[in-house]
Amino acid sequence: MNDPVDVLIIGSGASGAAVAWSLADTRMRILCLEQGDWPDSARYPSTGRDFETRQFEDYAISPNRRGLAADYPVNDDDTPIKIANFNGVGGGTVLYAGHFPRLHPSDFRVRSLDGVAEDWPIDYRTLEPFYALNDRMMGVASLAGDPAYPPKDSVVPPLPIGRTGELMGGAMNTLGWHWWPSDSAITSREYEGRAPCINLGHCGHGCAQGAKASTDITYWQEALRNRVELRTRCRVSRIETNDDRMATGAWYFDANGEEVFQPAEIVVMACNGIGTPRILLNSASERFPDGLANSSGQVGRNLMFHPYALARGRFDEPLEGFRGSRVFMWSMEFYETDPARGFLRGYCYQFTRGYGPVVTAVNGMADGVVPWGEGHHDAYRKLFDRQAGLVSICEDLPEEINRVTLDPRLKDGNGIPAPKITYRLGENTLKMLDHSLARGIDVLKAAGARDIVTRSPLPYAGWHLLGTARMGTDPKRSVVNEWGRAHDVRNLFVVDGSVFVTSGGVNPTSTIQAIALYVADQIKARLHDLFD
Amino acid sequence: MTSSTETAAGMEDVAGPVLSPAQSACLRLLAGMMIPASADYGVPGADDAVIFADMATTIGRDREALSRTLDSVEEAAGGRLADLERTDRAALVDRLRARDPGAFAVVEAVVSRAYYRDDRVLKSLGVEARPPFPKGYAVGQGDWSLLDPVRARGPIYRDAG
Repeated sequence: MNDPVDVLIIGSGASGAAVAWSLADTRMRILCLEQGDWPDSARYPSTGRDFETRQFEDYAISPNRRGLAADYPVNDDDTPIKIANFNGVGGGTVLYAGHFPRLHPSDFRVRSLDGVAEDWPIDYRTLEPFYALNDRMMGVASLAGDPAYPPKDSVVPPLPIGRTGELMGGAMNTLGWHWWPSDSAITSREYEGRAPCINLGHCGHGCAQGAKASTDITYWQEALRNRVELRTRCRVSRIETNDDRMATGAWYFDANGEEVFQPAEIVVMACNGIGTPRILLNSASERFPDGLANSSGQVGRNLMFHPYALARGRFDEPLEGFRGSRVFMWSMEFYETDPARGFLRGYCYQFTRGYGPVVTAVNGMADGVVPWGEGHHDAYRKLFDRQAGLVSICEDLPEEINRVTLDPRLKDGNGIPAPKITYRLGENTLKMLDHSLARGIDVLKAAGARDIVTRSPLPYAGWHLLGTARMGTDPKRSVVNEWGRAHDVRNLFVVDGSVFVTSGGVNPTSTIQAIALYVADQIKARLHDLFD
Repeated sequence: MTSSTETAAGMEDVAGPVLSPAQSACLRLLAGMMIPASADYGVPGADDAVIFADMATTIGRDREALSRTLDSVEEAAGGRLADLERTDRAALVDRLRARDPGAFAVVEAVVSRAYYRDDRVLKSLGVEARPPFPKGYAVGQGDWSLLDPVRARGPIYRDAG
């Protein structure tokens, strides 16, 4: 058995890093267990001539495709949206694109405003200081004054919108739509020792420049200096409890495959919306027969993804192609509910540049705009460096039937049951996807695009893993309380995307980290009676 | 770029055999059908010896799916795709692609990954043959004054606390 620690954090990604950093100033003994290893930026795809090939190998977004020692398999046969993640220090932030919108104030009040789902037990104002702190820690590039949000400060200037942004922005101006340069977790100038973005164009497969804010190079560097211990290649299988219904620590498999018990006074789950319910469900015991912290039956339920629709076209002039950050501009025109659209809630658009030489060919053939044989070269050259488009990020409403369970057969390399995903698209979501495609085509046409192709929903886009241990004041309807503590286990906290009550229609990392900082702050403020 | 060899035993990379001789021959035929050489653009076809040798290193995690597809093509050809007349070969491949685009997407990915990183091809496209890092690329700021009408419209969010 290892020496006990005060705080055991499971997972070192977006939320685990933030909570570790914040709690470090308590001088408690803090340990984080991470199933993967430290990323090696020298191996990121953009460092090699084969950069596009390597995107589909060790830095592929699907854990099932990567199949590395750090990865656990996910049974995603029963969902049209497949799981994307990264297992290693930094977690999903190593491979995310860095699109960094906040939730909007209305996202926390969906029941009150729109009569759907449930309100959050916290609101935008509660999280606002933590959003701002997180923006500073991550070095977020943005332009102050976005009319889609309450006022917020800019940390570093926005990333360039380039010619692609001019075309799209001009088109939206003719339509009278909102658009704005995206808040991006990519620094546009030297910031806290990080080098500025040099437009490598491969943010989504690891940033070799270190301009993109993955938590291995942001929070973790400071947390380690503040004596937090991070132990890699340690995969947690289950949380142990005692007769007082308190967590006593966690069992994990170390790098040698040995099962070890780590005692702890406080356990913090930061394993994302699939990894967290997986461990809680696998921690079922005589005391907690349905899984840990699951008296409500809500652990693993209400899984939300953000279904994406994509529209892309080709233009008559050369654009940036694969050069430049993947994220640079958004539109919130259809974010707030308008019942006349036939669905409730809304979505944002994230605009996209073109692709590298290989992906242009692969997509072009898949979309039927680049033929085999005669005509291949002509069609390809019309496409290469002349493409741009958008994706819509649609709000996914919580439904109990969309869930994570333990697969009865599939196991990881340590014999721990793999998660099984059961998910279907709701009626509201389907209408929203259709609407976003139709309006997306409108803007592309207004920008002068030809040969517009669409995909909906995008199958390999299950990045945003939300809702499976949701926050609430009613222990019968939620897993954790309004400050992240499990209703059933008074020294167990959840800080990742699992706690989302609703998904909003934006990328969630900014909010995940703001919640992690908020929960850490609550822990610090309540230390004297934390377990009452 | 090339760390693979095409041998009489089939396609190999540093880790050993990737494809059997029959699969390798079938892939090379398909590569040439997919992306033929072009005198107009001064580029080789994807069945070019250097590009095809490089292809072994681009198969990676697609080996199983690729092998399955190549075997099914050979079977549909009645033994060897190479034995069919050129027009029959093209008609068969068109039919198979229409029937199972997902399987052929793997072939397209493997071929494109080797073809579109070849120095000759990149030069023809006007792309520098180098990795993105560390030099990076230049991207213009864009015209920020385009935001003026967006600002003029004022707040669009619901102030819900």
